[in-house]
Amino acid sequence: MHSELFAYRKAPELVSGKGGRYRVVVVGAGPVGLCAAIDLAQHGIDVLLVDEDNKASEGSRAICFSQRTLEILDRLGCGERVVRKGVVWKHGKVFLRDRLLYQFDLQPEAGHKRPAFINLQQYYLEQFLVERAIETRRVDLRWRNRVISVVSGTHNVTLTIHTPDGDYSVECDYLVAADGARSPIRSLLGLEVTGQVFRDRFLIADVRMEADFPTERWFWFDPPFHPNQSVLLHRQADNVWRIDFQLGWDADPEIETQPDRVISRIRAMLGEARPFTLEWVSVYTFRCQRMRRFRHGRVFFLGDAAHQVSPFGARGANSGIQDADNFGWKLAHVLKAAASDRLLDSYDAERVPAADENILNSSRSTDFITPKSNISRTFRDAALQLARTHPFARTLVNSGRLSVPHTYLGSPLDSGDHDSFSAKMSLGAACIDVPLTGRAGPGWLIDQIGNRFVCIYYAGDDRLPPNSLIECLRDGAIAAEPIVIGTVGWPLTAVPEHIPAFIDTHGLFAKRYDATPGSSYLFRPDQHLNARWRTLDVNTVRSALSRASCLHASTLAAS
Amino acid sequence: MTLITDAHLARPDDFYEALLHAHRGLSEEQSQLLNARLILLLANHVGDLDVLREALAAARAGIIDQEGQPPGTGSGGKEST
Repeated sequence: MHSELFAYRKAPELVSGKGGRYRVVVVGAGPVGLCAAIDLAQHGIDVLLVDEDNKASEGSRAICFSQRTLEILDRLGCGERVVRKGVVWKHGKVFLRDRLLYQFDLQPEAGHKRPAFINLQQYYLEQFLVERAIETRRVDLRWRNRVISVVSGTHNVTLTIHTPDGDYSVECDYLVAADGARSPIRSLLGLEVTGQVFRDRFLIADVRMEADFPTERWFWFDPPFHPNQSVLLHRQADNVWRIDFQLGWDADPEIETQPDRVISRIRAMLGEARPFTLEWVSVYTFRCQRMRRFRHGRVFFLGDAAHQVSPFGARGANSGIQDADNFGWKLAHVLKAAASDRLLDSYDAERVPAADENILNSSRSTDFITPKSNISRTFRDAALQLARTHPFARTLVNSGRLSVPHTYLGSPLDSGDHDSFSAKMSLGAACIDVPLTGRAGPGWLIDQIGNRFVCIYYAGDDRLPPNSLIECLRDGAIAAEPIVIGTVGWPLTAVPEHIPAFIDTHGLFAKRYDATPGSSYLFRPDQHLNARWRTLDVNTVRSALSRASCLHASTLAAS
Repeated sequence: MTLITDAHLARPDDFYEALLHAHRGLSEEQSQLLNARLILLLANHVGDLDVLREALAAARAGIIDQEGQPPGTGSGGKEST
């Protein structure tokens, strides 16, 4: 499938005999490395992306992509393809034995461009990302290129890369390690990852079949077809279904992956009559662990290379893509000399707590699904039994707390919230989408921000802000692109054409952002909220921008 | 709100009898389950996590720590030994 996308070519260094010199080398062309490379490319940075393999992921692997991930993929130019190919879902059902315990809705409020989740096999996501990376013309993708040595110096990083045609060496300013849970870069640098190993095994089976089950996440505790264990069912694209069977620690992976054995488990679940074919089978264990720091001089660790979680909650690939989202603009700003190198420290300061939040949630889910002691099993069973009749107990049942973007609370890049806002959203949160109507018709807030700093001025039903005030946001060492939003009936046509202006058609901007006339919101290039004020003052915006981009080394030192 | 450790039960003897009564005829395992369900029901009734943490600390005090307080003295006061 699409083998030309992954074709090996002899590296130019091996043709010329000269070592290569790059600004950025990304190691690992999985979803995270590809997202990082595309983001940098969109910022005008050339990237060398190497991968030791020459194919997309084997098996479906990561399948659940969250709303936030879809928004990031939109920003990276391939969200639409992913959503079109994927299956959209937002409902989940939890069963105890053969009866429904409760159901949940991950996006109860309408008014978002993207759904709560889509399911899509990782190999499709990788294919779309590879195509997008090639389209940027700034990503030099090299398959079957394996890094075999790393020397991380003060001024650069030197790599030796092994290929079928021999070894070559390259130097780069920055190295991005997105090379997975067993990260060879991490090992080559002698860095550790520490945490918890869970004593349980899970069988993962991808099954192709015609089935009319709704597109929902179904989770069983102790189902009749697989007693005393849990089972998870998810739909993917192309009528492929993911089934996860909890096996227990004593299960033998060799025996459990034998097709006859797997097929009999699936028959027990689906009934003898339903025809299906087995696409992929794997037995896995998992860990919840992370590196102590994600930045090591000029080397940055993203995704599974930096942190790993259990699969319950879909927090692996989603958090890795959010790492890339956090990292890309920062490195781009530093490489374009618009920011101090210290901006890169904030990647570590913001993403380590994000990893901890994911590890915490995924460990708690695992503790519920795989009780570690008799008493924890007793409490688990008590919660499950009570959940049938008592609504409160449903909140204790934990079959996975699904991925939500981390809020960068107390980020070194924000200047604090000085005005009062009652909105649920806090500084550091990812943009909450709302529908808007612009000059060209209906659209979404999420599509208006990102890739650069954006300052939204909410006019409400008040008179237009002075154009000079809005326009001067575009000046200064770091510019913010202004956007003006007004309520229904507000004179959109009176805003000069070169200033993007929108109507808050459903009043959702005012509601979700607690906006009053004059409220202003500064969003970072990764669409996270960096600052907000009740009135717009250009000097305050500039000072926030300078802090958010570490324009001066003293900005961070002062914190 | 703090954990109430002064006498608060309307009819202590009746409650105690009812508690034991609830376990009558249950196996060891069933009793464990009943206790777990009871704790979850009562915890939800209390609601306040700080109070619940105080109760957990008070319940644990003296079980593992050899030098600890005997159960029932609450977690707030510090006594010299």
